Amino acid sequence: MLEVKDLHVTVEGQEILKGLDLTINAGEVHAIMGPNGAGKSTLSAVIAGKEGYEVTQGTITFEGKDVLEMEVEERAQAGLLLGFQYPVEIPGVKNIYLLKAALNAQREARGEGEMPAPEFMKLVKEKIAFMKMDPSFLQRAVNEGFSGGEKKRNEILQMLVLQPRLAMLDEIDSGLDIDAMRVVAEGINSLRSEERGVLLVTHYQRLLDFVVPDRVHVLVDGRIAKSGDADLARELEARGYDWVVEESAA
Amino acid sequence: MSDVQSPSDDVQRFLARLAQRNAGRGPEPTWITARRQAGAARFEAMGFPHRRVENWKYTDVRAISRGDFAFSDDASFSPATAAALTLPIEAHRITFVDGVFSAALSQLDELPAGVSLLPLSQALDENHEAVGGPLGRLTGVEFSPFAALNTACMEEGAVLRLAPGTLVDKPIIVQFLSRANDAPVMSHPRILVEAGARSQATVIEHHVGEPEAANFTNLVEEIILERGAILTHYKLQEAPLADLHVASIHVEQGRDSRFTSFNLNLGGGLVRNDLITELNGQGAEATFNGLFYGQGRQHVDNHTLANHNAPHTTSNENYKGILDDRAHGVFNGKVVVKRDSQKIEGYQSNANLLLSDRAEIDAKPELEIYADDVKCSHGTTTGQLDEEAVFALRTRGIDTQTARGLLTLAFAGEVLEQVGLDAIAERVERAVAGKLPERFNLTGLVETAAALDEMAGE
Repeated sequence: MLEVKDLHVTVEGQEILKGLDLTINAGEVHAIMGPNGAGKSTLSAVIAGKEGYEVTQGTITFEGKDVLEMEVEERAQAGLLLGFQYPVEIPGVKNIYLLKAALNAQREARGEGEMPAPEFMKLVKEKIAFMKMDPSFLQRAVNEGFSGGEKKRNEILQMLVLQPRLAMLDEIDSGLDIDAMRVVAEGINSLRSEERGVLLVTHYQRLLDFVVPDRVHVLVDGRIAKSGDADLARELEARGYDWVVEESAA
Repeated sequence: MSDVQSPSDDVQRFLARLAQRNAGRGPEPTWITARRQAGAARFEAMGFPHRRVENWKYTDVRAISRGDFAFSDDASFSPATAAALTLPIEAHRITFVDGVFSAALSQLDELPAGVSLLPLSQALDENHEAVGGPLGRLTGVEFSPFAALNTACMEEGAVLRLAPGTLVDKPIIVQFLSRANDAPVMSHPRILVEAGARSQATVIEHHVGEPEAANFTNLVEEIILERGAILTHYKLQEAPLADLHVASIHVEQGRDSRFTSFNLNLGGGLVRNDLITELNGQGAEATFNGLFYGQGRQHVDNHTLANHNAPHTTSNENYKGILDDRAHGVFNGKVVVKRDSQKIEGYQSNANLLLSDRAEIDAKPELEIYADDVKCSHGTTTGQLDEEAVFALRTRGIDTQTARGLLTLAFAGEVLEQVGLDAIAERVERAVAGKLPERFNLTGLVETAAALDEMAGE
């Protein structure tokens, strides 16, 4: 479903990704791990279309379409959704407004009509209960005054309502206590399906105890230095990253 | 008329229209005739304001001064069109069409005891002396050339009187409809509100009209709040985009009175609003909420002034401006604390959002303090939409225009949340969202929020 080939990305003149290859098939959960500064967040930011990243070489295709040719909103409408490490506060825009506008934009892109209000409200109420969030969050401005954990739950809530084809979650586990981690992990697990892919970007193995990945990749100096199954994450937890860094340098 | 018009030609053209009008008038009380003459003399002496005058520095009134406007004589207006344009709420209603009173479009039959709401002409017929005392006391011919012109030309308007202790449940709507005429017309309405001690009411001044209209409205409004009176005043200005609109509201507040103003300005091609309160009694409180939205080449000038003439008085102002295209906005807010007006609080805040590179705002907050034990603050900010927030919305599949619309609505929302009348809040919310370029229409969202509120209330 997602194919990244020989991706080179430059930020402010400095090359961050130096020939990254990654293939994610439908039904798979991939985790990208690695030391700080390896370029983990750059990958998901480039796929989502954030400004300031220059792709100097390589391709990204999603279900056969050239992602780099698509507008930011077109990528989301196609089902590529990014959950932010630091979700932005949007004063004055109620959560419910965001969810409705986003869902209808996707439906419109697919040639479907707007979801009727009662059906929409039922869907949102169900998802917010699943995320153990108070319904009052719907009436609050997006992320404004939310704690770190609440912001992350809110990112997952958006995923549950929007049901992306590929959910990319950038350090969704940072700043979460263990209870919030469980709720967020349950949210991610509920997204797992035959038709959907998940890309987790994380520094720590902890999240992967709750969301067991099919594939784990270690990103070192802009390239995938090592790939394996869930056992690789456990090995990294026990041994740290240095041995992979040394292996890849050798 | 020569091709080159001099400023005095402009003044003479307006005075000629007035002379013509005066020739057709029946007998009037002598005080009215005297004031007409004083107004005309003052207008002639001052001429139209030019931009070298500090108070008019940012506003060019030539669209008015170079025009030629007749007076209107009839108030015919399609009831169906009126119903579509006006606020669909339960209210006492007095209606003017191009300044002319329309009995057919007014609802004055169910006024509660203690409330008198009359067209000015009728109030004068019934007891002209009772009108002559307060009328023009707050806004005299010296206030501005437009106030002088209004005094010279005044004919019609609304007189609202609330007896002491009267509580009016339903809002009182004073609505002005502008017609698409073959030739443009002008009107010089007066509004006089006398709120007796401890009375309470909500007044909605609504300007709206046929989209093709291009008339000139020059309004003078005076509001007197006796001790403990509470008045909420909405000005919903949705005049057609070619309409020219100059208006002043001058308030006098007695002890412990409370005046809350919502100045919601969406329409008009050239607009100048003056809002002034005299806080004359201890415990008097004034709140000025403002929202102006400009698009195309609209020019919207808001001047406000809070005069703290007595100790222990409070003023609080929050104005928001949203300007798109080549619109030009002006915010000039002033707080004056007189000598010995101790223990007053005066707060003022203005924020502006520029949606286009060619939109412009001139913002000037002013404080003049002649007392030493006061709490005052003021500030103004002007910015553009938060591009990080625009990106965050786009990553959820929302296109750039809608994202910008949502954020614009959010900016306006800070004032709209203070609006106690849902019918007005929703209308402005829809107007601000719906007026944004095509596909910007977020009305569905507004409806969803309403549905959610209902659900929460179950």
